[in-house]
Amino acid sequence: MIDLWWIPIWPLLGFLLLGFFGRRLRKSTVAAAACGSVGLAAVASLVAVGGLLSLPAGARRVEGVIAPWIQVGNFQADWGLLLDPLSAVMVLVVSVVGFLIHVYAVGYMHDDQDFPRFFTYLNLFTFSMLMLVLANNYLLLYVFWEAVGLCSYLLIGFWFERPAAAGKKAFIVNRVGDFGFGLGVMLLWTTLGTLHYEQVFALAPTQLPAGGGLVTAITLLLFLGATGKSAQLPLYVWLPDAMEGPTPVSALIHAATMVTAGVYMVARSSALFNLAPLAMGTVAWIGALTAVFAASIALVQTDIKRVVAYSTISQLGYMFLGCGVGAYASAIFHLATHAFFKALLFLGSGSVIHALGGEQDIRKMGQLKARLPHTSRTFYWAALANAGIIPLAGFWSKDEILAAAFAGHRYLLWALGSAGAFMTAFYMFRLYYTVFEGKDNLDPPAAHQVHESPPVMTYPLLVLGAGCWLVGALFGFPPDHGLYHRFVEPVFAAAGTEPHAISPEATLGLAAVATAIAALGIWVARAWYKTGDNPAPAQAAERHLGLYRLLWNKWYVDELYTAAFVEPIRRGALWLWQRFDEEMIDGCVNEAGEMFRDAGQLLRRTQSGYVMNYVLGFLAGVVVILGYLAFRG
Amino acid sequence: MELAIFAGLAAVAAVSGVLVVIQRHAVYSALFLIITMGALAGLYILLEAHFVWAVQVLVYAGAIMVLFLFVIMLLNLPREDVPWRPDDFRRILIGGALAVVLVGELVLALLFQAGEQAPALPASPGFGTTETIGRLLFTEFLFPFEVTSVILLVAIVGAMVLAKKQLL
Amino acid sequence: MTVPLSAYLILSAFLFFLGVVGVATRRNALIVFMCIELMLNAVNLSFVAFARSLNSMAGHVFVFFVMAVATAEVAVGLAIIIAIYRNRETVDVAELNLLKW
Repeated sequence: MIDLWWIPIWPLLGFLLLGFFGRRLRKSTVAAAACGSVGLAAVASLVAVGGLLSLPAGARRVEGVIAPWIQVGNFQADWGLLLDPLSAVMVLVVSVVGFLIHVYAVGYMHDDQDFPRFFTYLNLFTFSMLMLVLANNYLLLYVFWEAVGLCSYLLIGFWFERPAAAGKKAFIVNRVGDFGFGLGVMLLWTTLGTLHYEQVFALAPTQLPAGGGLVTAITLLLFLGATGKSAQLPLYVWLPDAMEGPTPVSALIHAATMVTAGVYMVARSSALFNLAPLAMGTVAWIGALTAVFAASIALVQTDIKRVVAYSTISQLGYMFLGCGVGAYASAIFHLATHAFFKALLFLGSGSVIHALGGEQDIRKMGQLKARLPHTSRTFYWAALANAGIIPLAGFWSKDEILAAAFAGHRYLLWALGSAGAFMTAFYMFRLYYTVFEGKDNLDPPAAHQVHESPPVMTYPLLVLGAGCWLVGALFGFPPDHGLYHRFVEPVFAAAGTEPHAISPEATLGLAAVATAIAALGIWVARAWYKTGDNPAPAQAAERHLGLYRLLWNKWYVDELYTAAFVEPIRRGALWLWQRFDEEMIDGCVNEAGEMFRDAGQLLRRTQSGYVMNYVLGFLAGVVVILGYLAFRG
Repeated sequence: MELAIFAGLAAVAAVSGVLVVIQRHAVYSALFLIITMGALAGLYILLEAHFVWAVQVLVYAGAIMVLFLFVIMLLNLPREDVPWRPDDFRRILIGGALAVVLVGELVLALLFQAGEQAPALPASPGFGTTETIGRLLFTEFLFPFEVTSVILLVAIVGAMVLAKKQLL
Repeated sequence: MTVPLSAYLILSAFLFFLGVVGVATRRNALIVFMCIELMLNAVNLSFVAFARSLNSMAGHVFVFFVMAVATAEVAVGLAIIIAIYRNRETVDVAELNLLKW
């Protein structure tokens, strides 16, 4: 078993190297350092997980403290790392998918003059994300939770020459969630006196009454942090805007890894959530509603990355739905499969954008299948996987989540999830057919230069595509009892999660229903968009103009937030600045200064500067002192 | 006899003291000051302070006053014919009043607190002689004596630096 | 000793009074300075008178020190007056407002 710090150390070294010397290195060196460090991290995590597998099933848990960190009174937090099956899955996803995206980014960012800076941030992010999933206490988790948020901010605003409000938006919206998360962690500490995972989960069942207000408050606060980081209702608004950043960033941070940190955190805290049915219900409902809500917006969007972004929000909703109904393992499984196919979708979109010279509007695409063979093929696979077609990755995990909702007699949630699944299939294939088939709507100058991306970009696509095919079936079959579940399930069983019982027949039936729903979605999309001249979509939009406008404007949520929060706060801040700060605070300070100046003006008259007057004053003082001495007794 | 001598010397000292203050030209002030100091030196003899008498004549009436005269002549001041300033009267009034109060307090303090001293004892042998003072200076008051030499050194250096032409 | 101590003290007080009046009222820096000497002499007189009255030589030693300090003071003070006169062409203290910047 290797020491766990071998996993995150490489991206850290890469970050330091590129951060300090990146500008002086050749591009190829930068690329090699960036990809190599993440590749080494991937190898290290594979070795570490291999070591973990060699342990007996019940005892797969490796903990290592690198160094003590904070020790104040009875509070202790260490630079401690923990590898158990849950973090093993996360580490593998982060390092393997991250490695592929790094390789892809070498091609995608090749002509950017800030090439070294980009990989500096990317390596910092990878390090932070690995530390986040490997942390063995909530405080360290929180630190790197913020660190990945910082990297996200830096990378969204990577092209800072452009007006970039998106980075700020992401940061500020995340602050709302992180505030809750921070409060949750503090509450956890004041209640249990420790933040160390093992101790918290051991103490929680005895110290916190199940269903009590305290544990509910803690878990809801933690979940508030998760809604921020993982872009759930009501804090999802930053993620679509975050698409302003470079596409590999969208793939790595805003699809595969960082946004799933919230799911990971909820799953990690399953021992707490299991004690709070109310919080569980909230998680499930928020997840299901987000899944449907974001999918509905994705139906009509025309920016290729935004469609995928809303799809990401929707899929994250499924993960929270899974957590909420107690199917943590399935949620994490969906997280892993989603990392593959959503990264692939983003990278495919990036490849299209790259080929078209920066064009992102799908109404100006079409008929790209022949010209971008690798991209279109892998995009097709990913779309199938996202839609949940057997035997691709998305099917297994999404089906498990829906089955778990069904098995828990949460039929409404199941119905919502299934409706979302239909929409998912529809918008994915609307996207696919519009971009790669349909009519050729390319702008003439762009059409001329369309070319398939270089191998450094297509190979990662193909590897991820293979992942889409294999990850689900290889680890997820049979549902709930596959390799993956046998590996991960003990973690959640130890956390007191009740397994949901469902008969094989019901599983089969639900899978059939899910497949039928997805197939229906795909069929509708194919009928409407395959040829590119079907009037049905336009007619449907006209017939339901109000609904169409609602979806097109993303339910007016941004406008609502602007009116409800941004403007009042802006005005309040303006008032505080101009009235309170400038007039009251500054006024008080200035008045105080004036007062002393006036007093000084008064007193300076006594200071004539003439020696004679000082002599008189001196004399008066002598008289007084001598008078005291003469008359005191 | 002694009382008569005292009265004479005291009268000389007081009158020439007044003249020091009211002279318009500094040279006359300095000359009257010398007279005052001489009269005081005489009083020191009455008080059997022989060493102090010598030093008074040598250092005060001699060295210090010579220095004064030296400076007065160096500056070659005109007669003090500066016009009467409007605040002079006020200053003289306040200064005089303060001085009167001050001296009143002094006299009260001296008479009511020191005036009840027992009659003077006959002077012990060797009182006021150079030998006794020297003995005291080099035994009981050795440290202040040494410090005095430092003060004088500093004064020499300071006076030279201050009086140099390039200063200021 | 037939002259009472209080006589010496009154003379001393009178001389001191003259010094104070001079310092407070005169505008010629040199005369002001001489009035300070006058005050020092007045104090010296009390020292010597007390020394005789108490039959203690300590008063004489004090006079000695006062003289030493007065010498130093006169040297430095006159140097200052010379320096000021060089710059201001006056020794009228009413004209000297150097203390006010």
